[in-house]
Amino acid sequence: MITVEALTKTYSRFTAVNDVSFSARAGRVTGFLGPNGAGKSTTMRMMVGLTAPTSGTATIKGRAFADLPNPGLEVGVLLDASAQHAGRTGREILGIAQRTMGLPRARVDEMLHKVSLTDEEAERRVKNYSLGMRQRLGIATALIGDPEVLILDEPANGLDPAGIRWMRDLLREYADKGGAVLLSSHLLHEIEVVADDLVVIGNGRIVAQGTKADLLAAAGTLARADRPAELAAALRGAGITCTLNADGSVRTDVGAAAVGQIALQSGIALVELRSADSAGLEEMFLELTATSQRDSTTPSTERSAA
Amino acid sequence: MSTATIERTAPVSRPARVHEPIPMTRLVGVEVSKMFNTRSGFWLLASSGIAAAVATIATVLFAPKDQLGYGNFAGAVGFPMSVILPMIAILAVTSEWSQRTGLTTFTLVPHRGRVIGSKLVATLGVGAVSIALAFAVGALGNVIGSSIAGVPVRWDVSLGSAALIFLADALGMLMGFTLGILIRSSAGAIVGYFVYALVLPAALGTLASFQDWFASRQGWIDFNFSVGNLYDHIPSSKEWAQLGASGMLWLVIPLAVGLWMVRRSEVK
Ligand SMILES: Nc1ncnc2c1ncn2[C@@H]1O[C@H](COP(=O)(O)OP(=O)(O)O)[C@@H](O)[C@H]1O
Ligand SMILES: [Mg+2]
Repeated sequence: MITVEALTKTYSRFTAVNDVSFSARAGRVTGFLGPNGAGKSTTMRMMVGLTAPTSGTATIKGRAFADLPNPGLEVGVLLDASAQHAGRTGREILGIAQRTMGLPRARVDEMLHKVSLTDEEAERRVKNYSLGMRQRLGIATALIGDPEVLILDEPANGLDPAGIRWMRDLLREYADKGGAVLLSSHLLHEIEVVADDLVVIGNGRIVAQGTKADLLAAAGTLARADRPAELAAALRGAGITCTLNADGSVRTDVGAAAVGQIALQSGIALVELRSADSAGLEEMFLELTATSQRDSTTPSTERSAA
Repeated sequence: MSTATIERTAPVSRPARVHEPIPMTRLVGVEVSKMFNTRSGFWLLASSGIAAAVATIATVLFAPKDQLGYGNFAGAVGFPMSVILPMIAILAVTSEWSQRTGLTTFTLVPHRGRVIGSKLVATLGVGAVSIALAFAVGALGNVIGSSIAGVPVRWDVSLGSAALIFLADALGMLMGFTLGILIRSSAGAIVGYFVYALVLPAALGTLASFQDWFASRQGWIDFNFSVGNLYDHIPSSKEWAQLGASGMLWLVIPLAVGLWMVRRSEVK
């Protein structure tokens, strides 16, 4: 439903978004993942016409955003929950969206209820809202027009664990009903639970994309042994690249069978052997985006020399 | 807080919906309500009413009996209006940037020209109503003040000069609006307006008193000066031309440049 083709944004000489192409499909949650400054927000602003692209196009249901007659009814957008007039109440802010879209007044109360803002909270000025409350209000604004597409920039920021869980369920249900959700985050954990597809961006470029299942399958194997250093040495001895993590786990790109075989041959007792799943994805995320990280630290204390 | 009920369990694909474009009248209505529903906006509008009332009462109390007349009242209520209305115009524009509400506004209506246009209509509408109310308060003061003083009620302002005051106030508002669009920051635009309204007249007045070449051309160049004439007398056709020329320089061209910049600028 969202199609981004070769989007590029250059600020004077700095290229913030570089030839980015991906799509977000109906019925799926697409996670847009990347470290701070990777270009997620810039890409999303270009999708909704707030920033003019240097080149490339973004379309929603085949049309440019500016060509949507009443965009709020087709695309729910939350780019920055803090970007609200501090002197308005939550209810007033929702009311502006409701009136602009030409919706019945009752939608405001429905939405307040949906995002669990109480009547008393709705009468408070946004100045006195916590970031989590602002996110809820922003979600309400995005959902009020009952759109088929959602574009949310880091919506989980500032939410408490229960709030994150709530948001996840909400987005899941939204996608299950046929909506397309594009959701950005700089935290893998936050996104991998809910996303069906992942688009990973680093330094303005797409570094990986695909279904979460595919990306996880490529994530390798994780093993724990009572003598982890020996396991790592044994693997390296067999010519297998591996990483010894700080928590004593060993990760490698080869399959579980090969790791088990080598452990057996070396007489090392394994206590855990499984697909690396999120740990692997995390590592992959850090690797893929390493050049764009401002801190060059890696999650492992020791990296394979091989 | 942690659970939410989602009422519909609709089928996986929905029928395609056709949406009507947002009518301009609705946008103007939304912009008017945005001018009222912030604390600053509310108090600005309220203060224009309060100022009109205070100015009227002061005129009743302090004006000499023999000078009571609608001209005094209109002048008294007019001055606070000419200060407050441009502020209202400025904030109507700049809050989208200073408060960053533009992020929502310009995604709900991805045509900045339409948004600015409806703001302009809303601003001028609110301005016209405010000025009319101020005139009405002044008229009430004139009737009450004259009867307290025991003098006949004098209506010494012609409809023509009332219309000119109206026009002058509207032009002041447009100047604020233009500065708002050019500067796009509440504080910056307000400072800009006071430079235009207070500092510049003094500076250009001084220039005119020392430089004959400027004094003879001031009307053509100095918009504030030409607008000031409207409060004073019915302009000659030459003065109308001067108002047009200086207005082109101070209003029309900056507004066009500002609009062009607003449409190109990044909203973030
Ligand atoms: N107006 C601008 N001028 C110059 N650089 C900018 C501008 N806006 C954003 N950037 C840069 O573009 C990069 C991407 O920013 P952003 O899209 O906000 O990243 P993310 O949302 O992924 O954290 C950052 O390095 C940021 O500093
Ligand atoms: Mg961002």
